[in-house]
Amino acid sequence: MKRLLIACIGLLTALSFSSCGYNTMVAQDENVKGKWAQVENAYQRRADLVPNLVNTVKGAAQHEEGTLTAVTEARAKATSVQVDPSNLTDESIANYQQVQDGLSQSIGRLLVSVEAYPDLKANSNFQELQAQLEGTENRISVERRAYNEAVQEYNTTVRRFPNNIMAGIFGFSPKGTFKAAEGSDKAPTVEF
Amino acid sequence: MQHTPSILTRTFTKIVILLTTILVVSFDVIAQDFPKAPNRIVSDYTQTLQPAQLDALEKKLLAFEDTTSIQIAVVVMNSTGDYDIADYGDRLAQHWGVGNKKYDNGILMLVALGDRAVTIRTGYGIEGAVPDVIAYRIIENEIKPAFRRGDYYSGIDNATDALISYTKGEYTADPKDRSSARNGGGIPLIFIVIGVVVLIAVISKGGDSGGKGGGRVMGGRGTSDLFWWTLLNSLGGGGRGGNSGGGFGGGFGGGGGFGGFGGGGFGGGGASGRW
Repeated sequence: MKRLLIACIGLLTALSFSSCGYNTMVAQDENVKGKWAQVENAYQRRADLVPNLVNTVKGAAQHEEGTLTAVTEARAKATSVQVDPSNLTDESIANYQQVQDGLSQSIGRLLVSVEAYPDLKANSNFQELQAQLEGTENRISVERRAYNEAVQEYNTTVRRFPNNIMAGIFGFSPKGTFKAAEGSDKAPTVEF
Repeated sequence: MQHTPSILTRTFTKIVILLTTILVVSFDVIAQDFPKAPNRIVSDYTQTLQPAQLDALEKKLLAFEDTTSIQIAVVVMNSTGDYDIADYGDRLAQHWGVGNKKYDNGILMLVALGDRAVTIRTGYGIEGAVPDVIAYRIIENEIKPAFRRGDYYSGIDNATDALISYTKGEYTADPKDRSSARNGGGIPLIFIVIGVVVLIAVISKGGDSGGKGGGRVMGGRGTSDLFWWTLLNSLGGGGRGGNSGGGFGGGFGGGGGFGGFGGGGFGGGGASGRW
């Protein structure tokens, strides 16, 4: 009788423990997925701006065909890589980040080459496009940061004992994060 | 032998001083990057704006917040250092929580005088009313010309006017929100009511034990009944007095001044520029 009671209590404790951890993992998993959707939104927003940018530059800068095609190609490549939100592994994130960074670089090169065209630089349409592009880049960095924070929280939960046992049974595997660019870890100094 | 304790004390003092310095310095570093949320909606860390100008801006922006719940925070500082001004602005706005938590309707206008850089950060809920291009135009047309003349006040004043004109009608302040903000500064009404009830109970009990007449009064004797009711009434009056005092304090904190930032979120919208 006593043994049965102890077993019952033991089972109850285990169940309440695990259900607690399980629910937390589900909630944090969903949170990460939500944050990932925001990241994709921000990147999509940039991809949507690119054709507009290409057309504006094309009209004014005739000698930049090569740079323009590079941008168009990088955009096509970037939009072709999609990540399944249920498979946010280190590799898939790294892959995604690589193609998106490729687009960033080609846009960067285009903006540098535009420096040679004062008319285009003074064009208000182009300037506003540039402002929009800048806003999009800021959105990307904000959403990436938010995603990384959500993943960090989730990974901590999933890897911690005893949650890791539950996570193993229910298939909550650690998720990948975006890696910071080189040299972005320097200590900033702020003055008021 | 006599020297030993003094050496010990000295070492100990040194250690304490060292530890305190380390603590203070590390706190300083944290505080340096992002100051804690101010109790004004306009903060000038550089003392560039005159007090009258600050007050005028503060009054205008608080009046706008009062009717629309949109918070337009203005910050003037010296330099954002190695941070990009847009990045710093987003982090600061998020850190302070400019805007209403429910609608994310905050705007932060950040000026870094030493960097000659300015940014307008729009909260998630403002991105529709002030798209990046509009923020860019405000910087180009309102801020840059004035800042180039060194007229920082006009630049900020005109830019906030423009922001107000774009966001007007986008949100209306929730009357509930406003009244709760007003009460936020003072003691919540429920506590005042409970306090008054407890006070009455304690005093009437004191009356009970003090003279047996009290008990009989409540039992229903004509003359002293009147006396006790008057006393209770006057107590009630006192209670109401406390109540209105609380209300006044609340008004002071919420209605008259800035009620604090509301926890709004920022997603990187807005524009920046240099002059």
